Amino acid sequence: MIAALAFYVFAAILLVSAGMVVSARNPVHSVLFLILAFFNAAALFLLAGAEFLAMILVIVYVGAVAVLFLFVVMMLDINFAQLREGFQRYLPVGATIGVVLLAELVVVLGGWRFAPEATSLRFAPTQAGLHNTAQLGRLIYTDYILLFQASGLILLVAMIGAIVLTLRDKGASRRQSIARQVARGPADTLVMVDVRSGAGVGEIGILRPLVDEPEPAGDAHAGHDHAGHGHGGHH
Amino acid sequence: MHAFLQTPLGVVILTLAEALALLVPLLMGVAYLTYAERKVLAAIQMRRGPNVVGPFGLFQPFADAIKMVMKETIIPTGANRLLFLMAPMLTFALAMIAWAVIPVNDGWAIANINVGVLYLFAISSLGVYGVIIAGWASNSKYAFLGALRSAAQMVSYEVSMGFIMVTVLICVGSLNLNDIVMAQRTVWFCVPLFPMFIMFFISTLAETNRSPFDLPEGESEIVAGFFVEYSAMSFALFFLGEYANMILMSAMTTILFLGGWLAPFGLEPFTWIPGPIWFIAKVMVVLFGFLWVRATFPRYRYDQLMRLGWKVFLPLSLGYLVLVAGVLLVMGWLPHVA
Repeated sequence: MIAALAFYVFAAILLVSAGMVVSARNPVHSVLFLILAFFNAAALFLLAGAEFLAMILVIVYVGAVAVLFLFVVMMLDINFAQLREGFQRYLPVGATIGVVLLAELVVVLGGWRFAPEATSLRFAPTQAGLHNTAQLGRLIYTDYILLFQASGLILLVAMIGAIVLTLRDKGASRRQSIARQVARGPADTLVMVDVRSGAGVGEIGILRPLVDEPEPAGDAHAGHDHAGHGHGGHH
Repeated sequence: MHAFLQTPLGVVILTLAEALALLVPLLMGVAYLTYAERKVLAAIQMRRGPNVVGPFGLFQPFADAIKMVMKETIIPTGANRLLFLMAPMLTFALAMIAWAVIPVNDGWAIANINVGVLYLFAISSLGVYGVIIAGWASNSKYAFLGALRSAAQMVSYEVSMGFIMVTVLICVGSLNLNDIVMAQRTVWFCVPLFPMFIMFFISTLAETNRSPFDLPEGESEIVAGFFVEYSAMSFALFFLGEYANMILMSAMTTILFLGGWLAPFGLEPFTWIPGPIWFIAKVMVVLFGFLWVRATFPRYRYDQLMRLGWKVFLPLSLGYLVLVAGVLLVMGWLPHVA
């Protein structure tokens, strides 16, 4: 009884928040309702006994994907007047497409029945005595390992593609080399000199910088002309 | 009495009593963690710390609590009222509900669920919402900048934390927190997985926005970051949530690496002390680490923080995961999956 009650509560909140995602005026509120919808879907998974899927839904969608959504939506500069104008212009077309889709769904789902022998014909029958995390693991990593690896590779290619498309390094950015900083000791940077009082350091042939930092391979020749580096470099 | 506890009403009452038995000591712990932090920082910096209210300043947390309650809650005019008030409650509630699965002794968890580690990971990954909603709803630049920093930081360090947890899980063969502790009866995981233990500790510092990774609230650049606009109780909830999260992360470190409630090496004089005391003692040691780090290290620069997370921790934890999995497979030490 309690499980049924919980199911209806979660399902109702899920549907209402899913509706609010498209109808909320403020896009940030939309994303927050989307997160609420994810949560209730996770709760429904839990009620169905699929605790692994429930947790993964929360970790992946709520904990990572929706954070990035929220991130982007908060930064967007949205012109609401322009949005409404578009809404009225596209309303007839959108409504027509929506009605067609709805009619198709009704036709398909109206005639949908579970085949009586469906349970025995399942592609991956569940084994008794294993909890669902272990079952999923066995299925993905043992039976379908090649398909799983292939999908991983596809995602990797997509990720590299996205990075290549957005990377705009014109070679002007400065990088910190922590290994070089740590390896540098006082002997590399400090020179002790006796300076006659009132004379300054120019008299004994020292201009800034005192000693050039050991540059990476390509710049090795630059260390010889001290006078040309009088502006202090990039320390 | 036993029969009554089997009825639905009995189960509800029992669960509520269990939750109270956990939350009341936890909140006391949070209150005294703030006191301990001030005392430890003071000792490290050769000051006295709070010493006026009560003996050794022991009533200082209560004085602070009363002050917070008496103050006026100010809501900025441009703020989104509902979300502005929801954010601190969310932070606080998330820090509390994660404790439902933490076992303080063999089987002493409110919910001993099969996917305990995933539950903890899910809840800790939600913590970022309190911060990001607070930053946005405040309608203030500093708060928003703090929220953006925090979101990027918490998402980055979660990745390597996930890999570290998977390494532990491979050695255990179960996602149940009770099983994880029981798998450490022979040796605590901080010994064979020592580099992971250190990386996990550093990641928890970043995950809880603690120094030296406290850029979201960097007071020298963005005043106080995401909670700039908060006052009185709404601020206190953030504060309590942050400290409860610190205790939670210490408890996670204890369970994953320091053998939970187990006595060291299972030796005779140590085993006389009951498990929960060992658990609390270990949590306190890790918490002292948090305070010690705060007193010792300067704040990281933002690009260094990102570099550490993505270029150092991620490859290292992934590599160690592959190494551990390979060693277990080759030596035939993989735990038998039930």
